[in-house]
Amino acid sequence: MSRPDLIIHDEKDNVGVVVIETTKKGQDCSAWIMENDKTVKVPSTNDVPLGHKIALKDLKVGDTIFKYGHDIGKVVKEIKKGEHVHVHNVKTKKW
Amino acid sequence: MEIPKSFLGYKRENGRAGTRNHVIILPVDDISNACAEAVANNIKGTIALPHSYGRLQFGADLELHFRTMIGTGRNPNVAAVIVIGIEPKWTKKIVDGIAETGKPVEGFHIERSGDIQTIMKASKKAQEFSMWASEKQREECPMSDLWISVKCGESDTTSGLASNPTVGNLMDKLEPLGVHLCFGETSELTGAEQVCAKRGATPEAQKKFMKTWSDYNDFILKEATDDLSESQPTAGNIAGGLTTIEEKAFGNFQKIGSRKFIDVLEPAEEPKKGKGLYFMDTSSAAAECVTLQAAGGFNIHLFPTGQGNIIGNPIEPVVKLTANPLTAKLMSEHVDCDVSKILSREMNLDQAGDKLIETTLKVANGRLTCAEALGHREFVMTKLYRSA
Repeated sequence: MSRPDLIIHDEKDNVGVVVIETTKKGQDCSAWIMENDKTVKVPSTNDVPLGHKIALKDLKVGDTIFKYGHDIGKVVKEIKKGEHVHVHNVKTKKW
Repeated sequence: MEIPKSFLGYKRENGRAGTRNHVIILPVDDISNACAEAVANNIKGTIALPHSYGRLQFGADLELHFRTMIGTGRNPNVAAVIVIGIEPKWTKKIVDGIAETGKPVEGFHIERSGDIQTIMKASKKAQEFSMWASEKQREECPMSDLWISVKCGESDTTSGLASNPTVGNLMDKLEPLGVHLCFGETSELTGAEQVCAKRGATPEAQKKFMKTWSDYNDFILKEATDDLSESQPTAGNIAGGLTTIEEKAFGNFQKIGSRKFIDVLEPAEEPKKGKGLYFMDTSSAAAECVTLQAAGGFNIHLFPTGQGNIIGNPIEPVVKLTANPLTAKLMSEHVDCDVSKILSREMNLDQAGDKLIETTLKVANGRLTCAEALGHREFVMTKLYRSA
């Protein structure tokens, strides 16, 4: 049970959360999926700080972001696998 | 871990039990704050609860004002109450509401006698109450005497990953022992409202929840001048990695574990359907929410934080936990329970839940919380709309 760099809530999610102080550009991160206890590898394209999200696959404008297995917003700017996912490329569907 | 069956609390006249033994000086309105604070300065072992409202309110807003004032006085963490208002009628209404519990309470009004006379009379009574309360001893109370409220603040993604699920784990373990539980934060369930509604134990509870959420959401949409991008999520939430209200909501919702709520309470309403989990319609601002839950009768509060909210409450001890290792390190004087090892997988949720139960019981037995030791006494009344 090694220390993960990222944690993913649900198998269905397309983002993972950084749980180390920061990832480094080009880092091959180990991501633990809580739901099924599997570990997968995900590249980090940027330096991404603790608590922030990284895309697990390529996402295009209009795609839905899934976390906890649920819809948490929509992509407003294209995101490549491994890139930082936040307010610059994702918006709420609610307000 | 074997969960203890009891804690040491203060038994009250109406059968409830307190985790604290406060004598409070409660101003009915803003202009009576000075008197209340003077009495609390005079008499050791008492605390004043100054606030900003109580004049010219009407309708549902006035009802909420009375419910919050009376509920605060009725809370079992309060041994006795001095109520001070500008005039006798509203003062008496609050005194009568508190007196139903059987605890010592006395009201004073300022009109026709002035601050100085009122301070003198109220101080004499406050001294009597303080010395009487100081004789009270803690006694063994069943776990079912714990009424636990929860609310998270300055959340980040570590809240949804670990500290909120830790609270959920505690709820799953303690609910079978007959405790009362309460969550709130109506607006912060936006995005998860359908999933949350399904946790209503009955169709009535589900319907009531959806109506409460829709009314609040309609109000926000009506008053919003932008996309709320710095209000929900807050700037602190965004710095911590939370991107949207939906993401925040699903994280927030982890606090109730796998429990179902049996009823939906008005703000500051006392639950009446017995043990179990309740949802209370509250603002998501920390001090407003905890003040309402304390007025609903809850006697200990669990507060998971990500980036480091520092809130306390004058009568309900606020136990803070965090899973953010930077917050645990940089703001350690605010953290009662550090569960950050969940993120490095050196601790699992079951262990974190046990650790939180231990901390909660220590505080219920009398250990000061970080917020109490630091003097945090945020007492914030919720106001629904402008006064007449």
